[in-house]
Amino acid sequence: MSMPRPSASRTAAESIRSERSFLAKASIPILAVLLLAALPLTLDIFRLGLAAKYLSLSFCAVGIVLIWGYGGILSLGQGVFFGLGSYMMAMFLKLESTGADSSAQALSSFFGSNLPDFMVWNSIETLPWWWEPFNHAWFTIPAILILPAVLAFVLAYANFRRRIGDVYFSIVTLALSAILAIVIIGQQGVTGGVNGINDFRTFLGINLDDDKVKVSMYYITCVLLLGCVMIGTFVLRSRLGKVLVAIRDREDRVRFSGYDPALFKAFIFAIAAVFSSIGGAMFTLQVGLASPSLVGIVPSVEMVIYAAVGGRLSLVGAVYGAVLVGYAKTFFSENFVEYWMYFIGGLFVVVVMFLPDGLAGLIDRIRGGGKPGASSGEPTPAREDGASPPPGAARLAGETGGAE
Amino acid sequence: MSEYILAVEGLTVSFDGFRAVDDLNFYVEKDELRCVIGPNGAGKTTLLDMICGKTKPTGGTIKFKTFDLTGMIEYQITRIGVGRKFQNPSVYEDLTVFENLEISYPKKRGLMGSLFFRRDDDLLSKIDEVAEQIFLHEVLRHKAGKLSHGQKQWLEIGMLLMQDPELLLLDEPVAGMSAKEREQTAYLLNNISKGRSIVVIEHDMAFVRMIAHKVTVLHQGKLLAEGSMDQVQADERVKDVYLGH
Repeated sequence: MSMPRPSASRTAAESIRSERSFLAKASIPILAVLLLAALPLTLDIFRLGLAAKYLSLSFCAVGIVLIWGYGGILSLGQGVFFGLGSYMMAMFLKLESTGADSSAQALSSFFGSNLPDFMVWNSIETLPWWWEPFNHAWFTIPAILILPAVLAFVLAYANFRRRIGDVYFSIVTLALSAILAIVIIGQQGVTGGVNGINDFRTFLGINLDDDKVKVSMYYITCVLLLGCVMIGTFVLRSRLGKVLVAIRDREDRVRFSGYDPALFKAFIFAIAAVFSSIGGAMFTLQVGLASPSLVGIVPSVEMVIYAAVGGRLSLVGAVYGAVLVGYAKTFFSENFVEYWMYFIGGLFVVVVMFLPDGLAGLIDRIRGGGKPGASSGEPTPAREDGASPPPGAARLAGETGGAE
Repeated sequence: MSEYILAVEGLTVSFDGFRAVDDLNFYVEKDELRCVIGPNGAGKTTLLDMICGKTKPTGGTIKFKTFDLTGMIEYQITRIGVGRKFQNPSVYEDLTVFENLEISYPKKRGLMGSLFFRRDDDLLSKIDEVAEQIFLHEVLRHKAGKLSHGQKQWLEIGMLLMQDPELLLLDEPVAGMSAKEREQTAYLLNNISKGRSIVVIEHDMAFVRMIAHKVTVLHQGKLLAEGSMDQVQADERVKDVYLGH
């Protein structure tokens, strides 16, 4: 600060000095150690595969924290973007596998073209034009990142510019996920229908069934996921992140601060869509399947549950939420075949009623005994002596105070 | 004759046939502090709503400097230098006082600009300056939601000051304030009126007397009287509808 001030008077510069707790600072490194060292060392290849599956889904939950926790937009359609990434990757893998597989080639050469098996069964005679670009990795991989972003941005901007309320937007996203699932199931000949697209062998010539490849894919997923969490953290700590919180709490006022809220909401929605799409692509690579059952309303709502369980305001928490709910789902469905859906539903109800800020909020509460932060839905009292960390900053940093 | 910063002509708005503001002409000069008074339903708040873009007029023009405000939307009007304070203090309760002021800083309000915004000394010294002006220097790191009603009113004025507007529109800035806070606010407004124009809607006549250069009286959406406080208070029509009762 260039301006000298009496020591009694606090300056603006002092008031922003970061006083984040150890846990808040360490939450991303802790997650990294868990994902990159602890899990691979302790889990067998089957359980590691399960973890990879849940981690792929957690990309959506991380996005939901951004749009729901901070942007105030409850999207019930993240499955759409997960599905886009998943299907684009599946189309590429399917075409590559079809090209490489001699029996498939024999079958499709009978029809005079290189057709995926399910198209042959459905009497499709030529590859649809929109499948063609997915013969190429240089198209597929950028498309997985760009297409959902563009779609999400245009959709959200068109809605928010016309000041469609957040509740109505939730319904739009809900409808969208229903529509996409219905279209995929209905157009079996070109989408694989209810069976989805499966039976892949290689990705860029690498054998996907190989255990070493599976472990590598797991690591790639973790690195991408940590990257998304860090991007999210950067966004939330920026001025844009604060504008988002302001929009969430008082959208009308933000216009009179000179911002266009529609642009900001559309932007964060697009970011979340890209995260979901990356998750979808990694899911398909590791599970070997793109399915309409991961696109529709039920999976989209499940993704919201992941975020709610982990903590609506915690990016790191969203990852734990997705993995925990995923494992719980597997456990319950293995042991209580008929009732497991009720357990998941019950878990959601309990979290909403008793842990409004999820596991991250619980950790905050245990640790800080009601310290300002992301520990409750209500704004927490700022201490008069000013010894507490800046509450707003703590809240924004609070997303890193995740559940360990 | 001095220059008008704001020229409102023939302004009309009707809600379901009810004319809340009816063919109103209203001019504000540079560096002027104008008070608008009138009984409830006179159209005072609606007038400000139309100037800042919250309500679209059915007819008439609003000119601010060289801009025609009737065709612009809220954030554009804000960006060319019109600041609006609402009747109920509207601050971002989940952000700190510091962040409330920071967010109002009139730079980098686009997407990429705000994503890669870095705090600089200009911003910090501006926040220091404004926080001191609005008597909130000691509570910069408190959440805005925890401030008293009067402090929220000041914070919202401070947020406008951060924007450095040429025209400030204040809707009942001393509502809910104690006598001492009112005095402080009068001092504040007199202080900040240098170099900018301010329009204040207020019911408290003692407060209006402390600050007003000129007073406009509205009644049923129309201009009833305009002049100095003394002139207005002496006006028989004004006494009839407002002051005398």
